[in-house]
Parts: sequence; C-alpha cells; structure tokens
Amino acid sequence: MFERIRRLVIKEFLAIFRDPASRMVVTIPPLVQLLVFSFAATLEVRNAGLGIYNEDGGLLGRELVARFCSVPVTFSRIVPCESLDDVREALDTQRVLAVVHVPQDFSRELQSGQTPTVQVLLDGRRSNAAMVVQGYIGRIIAQFAQERMTTNENRRTRSLQLVSVTRVWFNENLHPLWSSVPALLGILTNLVALLVTSLSVARERELGTFDQLLVSPLRPGEILVGKAVPAFVVAYVEGGLMVAVAVTIFGIPFRGSLLLLAAALFVFLLAIVGIGLWISSLAATQQQALLGSFTYMVPAVLLSGFATPVENIHPAIRWISDIDPLRYMVAINRMMFLENPTPDVVLPYVWPLIPIAVFTLVSAAWLFRHRLE
Amino acid sequence: MDQDHSVSLQTDAAYQSRRTRGRIRLRCVLALTRKEAYQIFRDPSSLIIAFVLPNILLLLFGWGISLDLGYIPIGVVVENRSADTNRIVAALRGSPYFMVREAEHRKELESLLVGGRIKGLVVLSQDLSARLNVGSAPVQVLVAGSDANTAELIVAYMETVLQKDRLHWAEEEGRPLRSGIINIEGRVWYNPNMDSRSAILPGSIAVIMTLIGTILTSLVVAREWERGTMEALLASSITRAEFLLGKFIPYFALGLTAMMLVAIVSVVVFAVPFRGSWAVLVGVSAVYLTVALGLGLFISTATRDQFVATQAALIVGYLPSFILSGLVFEIDSMPLPIRVLTHVLPPRYFVSALRTLFLAGNIWDVIIPDTLILCIFAAVLWNLTIRKTRLTLE
Repeated sequence: MFERIRRLVIKEFLAIFRDPASRMVVTIPPLVQLLVFSFAATLEVRNAGLGIYNEDGGLLGRELVARFCSVPVTFSRIVPCESLDDVREALDTQRVLAVVHVPQDFSRELQSGQTPTVQVLLDGRRSNAAMVVQGYIGRIIAQFAQERMTTNENRRTRSLQLVSVTRVWFNENLHPLWSSVPALLGILTNLVALLVTSLSVARERELGTFDQLLVSPLRPGEILVGKAVPAFVVAYVEGGLMVAVAVTIFGIPFRGSLLLLAAALFVFLLAIVGIGLWISSLAATQQQALLGSFTYMVPAVLLSGFATPVENIHPAIRWISDIDPLRYMVAINRMMFLENPTPDVVLPYVWPLIPIAVFTLVSAAWLFRHRLE
Repeated sequence: MDQDHSVSLQTDAAYQSRRTRGRIRLRCVLALTRKEAYQIFRDPSSLIIAFVLPNILLLLFGWGISLDLGYIPIGVVVENRSADTNRIVAALRGSPYFMVREAEHRKELESLLVGGRIKGLVVLSQDLSARLNVGSAPVQVLVAGSDANTAELIVAYMETVLQKDRLHWAEEEGRPLRSGIINIEGRVWYNPNMDSRSAILPGSIAVIMTLIGTILTSLVVAREWERGTMEALLASSITRAEFLLGKFIPYFALGLTAMMLVAIVSVVVFAVPFRGSWAVLVGVSAVYLTVALGLGLFISTATRDQFVATQAALIVGYLPSFILSGLVFEIDSMPLPIRVLTHVLPPRYFVSALRTLFLAGNIWDVIIPDTLILCIFAAVLWNLTIRKTRLTLE
C-alpha cells in the first residue's frame, strides 16, 4: 500500500514540477506577493494630499496652517485653495483627500476668546482614508488649541477633561507590516495549497487519465493521500520559507513558539488541501474547478479579518467567517509572531480546523468514487 | 536539402502573412460566436460565473468588508468606583462599537489581550475623580497592536466615545459646552453619512469584474488546444482577428450584462447612490471589460495549458485587484515602488471611475483620464494577445 502511494506521490510531484511554467507559478508568485502586498495592506494614511483654504489673514490662522505643512509623512502635498471653486475642484479630481477651511475671522475670534469653527471637508469616496485622516486633522487642531489654552490668560473658561493616553501592546509603534505580513502568510500558503490541489482531479478527469487511476489497484483513500501529500508538502515548505522571509527580510519579531506554529500550520493546510480536493473532485471541468477555487478564496480572504476586523462583518454572514479556516490561521499567525500566547489561548483557534479538515477530506474521498458516472 | 528547407520556410511565412491580414468576415465571426455561445449555455458553470457569482461577491463585499466597528470586545478596569467612572463605563457600554467587560484589577483583563479575547483596555485609575475635580485626568487606553488596522480604528472610536462623554457632562452640570477653544466641523462630501459600504461597493464592482473576466476567458483558448479542437479550427480558413473576435463577443456580452446587473443590485438592494449617468457607466464598463477579457485571453493564449492558465488566473485575478486597487487600502499610503506598480494595474483606474460615477457624478476630470488609460491597457493587451495567437501548429 505504501509503495503504491509513494509512486502516486512521485507522479504528482512530477506533474507539478516537470512543466517549467507550472513550476514557476507555484513557487515564485507567492513570495513576490508577500513582498508587495504586505507593504500595501495598511489603513494608515501617508502621502495624502491636503487642501488648505485659509480665509483668515491673521497670524494664528497661518500658524495653524503651518502645523499641517509640517507633517510631510502624512500630508506630502499641500494644495492651497483660493476660493470655494478651488476647493471643489481639488476634491472632485481626487488631488486632495481633505480640505481644511480656516474661516475669515479665525484669528480675531480666537484672540477675543470666542470659539471659531474650522471646517474639515473630506472625500467620502475614499471613506476609509477619510475617516482616518479626519482623526489626524482633529488631533492636530486639538493640539494647537491645547497649546493656545495654556498661554491664554483666560484659564478659568477651561473645561474639565479626560486626556486619553494610548499605549499599544505587541506592536508598540503600530507598524502596519507587523500585522500584515503574518496575515498574508496565512493567505498565501492557502493560495499555494489551493493552486496545487483544486485542479489535480479535474484535470485528470478532463484528460481522461482519472479513469486509469480508478482501474489501477489504488483505492480511493490511497488516491486521496497521493494527491494530498505533494500539495501539502509544497505549501508547507513555502509557508516555512515565508516565516523565514518575515523574520529576516521584514525584521518582524517572532515571539511565540515555532513548534506550536508548525503544528497549527499543519492542521490548517490539511483543511485547505481537503477543500482543494473537494472542489477538484466536485468539478467536472477545469473551468468549474477554477470557479470553485475563487468561490472559496474570495470569501475566505474577505472574512478572515485580514483587511477589516471580523467583528465588523454583518451578522447575517458572520457564520461564514466561523467556518473560514483562513480566519483562524490569520489570528494564529498574528498571535504567534507578536504575542507569545500560551497553548490554551491558541488551541481554541486550532480545534475548529480539525472538523473542517475531516469533513472535506472524507467527502472528497467519497466523491472520488461516486462522481464517476 | 538546405534549399528545400528555405523554400518551406518561405511558404510558411507567406501562409502566415495571409493568415494575419486583418481580414474579418462577418459570417465567420458570427459562426464562431454562435459556437462559443452554445458552449457557454451548455456548461452551467459559465452562467453561474456571470450571474450568480457576482451577486454573491457583492453581498460579501457589502457585508463583509466594513470599517464601521461592530461590537469589538474591550475591557474596562475601574479601580475606584465613582459617579465619574460609572458615567464613562455607561458611555462605552452605550456605544454601538464596543462590548464591554469590567474588572477591578488590570491583571484580570491584561492577560485577555493576548489572543484577542479583548482587543482594547481602558484603565480608569484610582484617583480619576480626584484629579478630574482639579482639572484634567488621564485615562489610559491599551490596544492590542497585533492587528494594527483594528488597533487604529479602536483608538479613533474610543476617542470619539470619551469625547462625547465629556460633552454630556458639561451639559448636565450646567457648565458652558466647550470641548476646546476651537470647534471642528467635519463634512464628508459625496458620502455624507460616511457609510463605508457606499464607498466599498462601487469599488468592489471593479474587483468582481476583474475576477469574472479572467475566469470566463482564461481557459477558452487553452481549452481548445488541450482538447485538440484547435486543430479543427486551424484547418479552416479562419484568420486571427476572426478567431479572437469570435472568442471576445460572446463573453463581452455576458460580462456587460453581468456588470449592469451588479450595478443595479448595488443601487436597488444595497441603496448605494448613483449620481453619474448610466450611459457613461456602460461606456467605462465596456472599456474595462475589454481589458479584463483581454487579460484572460492573453493568459489563455500565452499558456496554452488549462492547468497553468488556471493557476495564473487564480494568482492575478483576485488578490492584486483587491489589495492594490485602492479599494480598501489607500494607494497614496503605499511606499513609492508599490505606488508605481499600481499604475500598471488596470483595476485602480476602474475603481476610481466607478466610485466617482456612483458617489460624485460625471466628473470628467476623473473619468476621462481613467478611461483613456484603460483604453491604452486594452490596446496593449490585445496587441500582445494577437501576437501570441498562432494559427499554425509547431
């Protein structure tokens, strides 16, 4: 039995690696994507355009404007606007993400103890960035106000307030790479495992070689193992490679236990290989297999907590996220890299992967036999 | 022998040039289109790809990707209960963003930050009330940075809630309502409620159509080669242009119908405003579909192998258009080399055009450049595809 499986495994490896195009597709793109996407996947706002519409001729207005000009990391392009038409044009054409409008009597009102109103206009088409940048602008104005207040003689009008002091754990400088790389690591190993498995059966079926496999002494369970092992090995090795890249090239700390991560990745990839083989044996043609892969991959990534938190998902579809293996792996990866969790914290994320793996592998084996007609 | 060889090469070249002349006979194109249409209707998966999948994806984008925080678990440490702390805790509990867990000692809750059982922690210190009576009091906010994006959102929302509490308080005690000495009035154009779904959905149509376009066409040429039916086509007198048009027209019709369906569903079902003109939307979509189908056909002709074509489609069809299009992650925030890279990826232009059409209207300064660039993409991709298309056997 082991001999038969071994032969099939060798054949499958050859099928992946003999063809240069296929070899290239499985090995290089995931690593390139890790490099590119991890820098891209951030909600932080940088290099944004900011419009300044300063109607106030006074000193204080200029001082406030100067504050905005002195944060080139966030606002690298300052677009001065002379009129409301300029403002409209700058926002319409997406040259700026936001416009700060300092009103006519800003300096005078501020000096005479009144409360001037600064208007912030945001581009709602880019609502994510607009929301974040609204916070930045608010903080800059608040700080300006705070400093004005302490130099203000009229201290008695000062309101009582709570000052929040924020500290970030696990990722002290809120470096976006630190959380995007571990998450992408899960997504890309998933992609590799799916690339190799989702077509394996559909392809043989379309080429007619699957019948040959079925009349061979191999039992369906053995065929399943023979198809699963190469995909698993390729994805696992690629996963390990990505962990190495994350630590060496990106310089992300690895604070958890490597052994625990290896174990979690093992169970995760079993589940993914199961899903891939399941899609593959369900599909009659390769086009159907491609459709199946996308049908799995799109929701798996969207609902994994990679881009936006799992808690934000609409309640009606949150259950999908509960059966999304990628969601668990993304969480495990982030934990393992940054948090150094104890096994009892990690295991609740590993358990759900086991029924997924068992279900998909068993039903794939069943489909092998019963999709023949 | 040598001479023989050169003669055969010459005839080959002559044959090739006859083949590549841009001759288009309507009858041939129609016949091919009909054949392709039969293929579409006979394999239900094509119809599922065109009509069912896009709507499922739209639903996933609309409900799955949101920056509006929904019940994030956080902890509050109240070291010394007082009227002030009660008010703050009530404000946090009353907000639709957080699910609050309370404790008296920070040790109890800090360990929950590991593993994300709570994502943030507010510490109201022993002397909070005492310090508030004199002036300002610090509130410590701890967030788990292992998910940096969520952490940013939590901090921003927490700030809003705490600030709101401050305003309430002033009203209650009859103090003048002053949150500072400068008021900030935020106004969001094009999307006044800052509804993240209205911004995500139009852009997500670009990702969806990229996906549909690549799935539909990435296999159509490879399939003919693999099944051997390409040789039957080669034996006919068909030209390259006729062959590609025959492949393009049916999928273009299918894709454009799907595109309009998705646009209508997002307006009718998801209540996304549409402020531009539908004619412009059809025009821009037609150009983008030409690009997306061109990409699929290019993959298909270049690989000639369904297996590799599928793998390539899976790699280029989804993640790049999702992550590098500006849909969720702001392109301006990316490092320079990646920003440059996004310029050679078509989805970013379609995302920007779609968002503008849906939320802002016909702003020509945005739509015309975007459409022109997409036209260039279409021209380049189709040129490459035509070059790669060989109607001869090796």
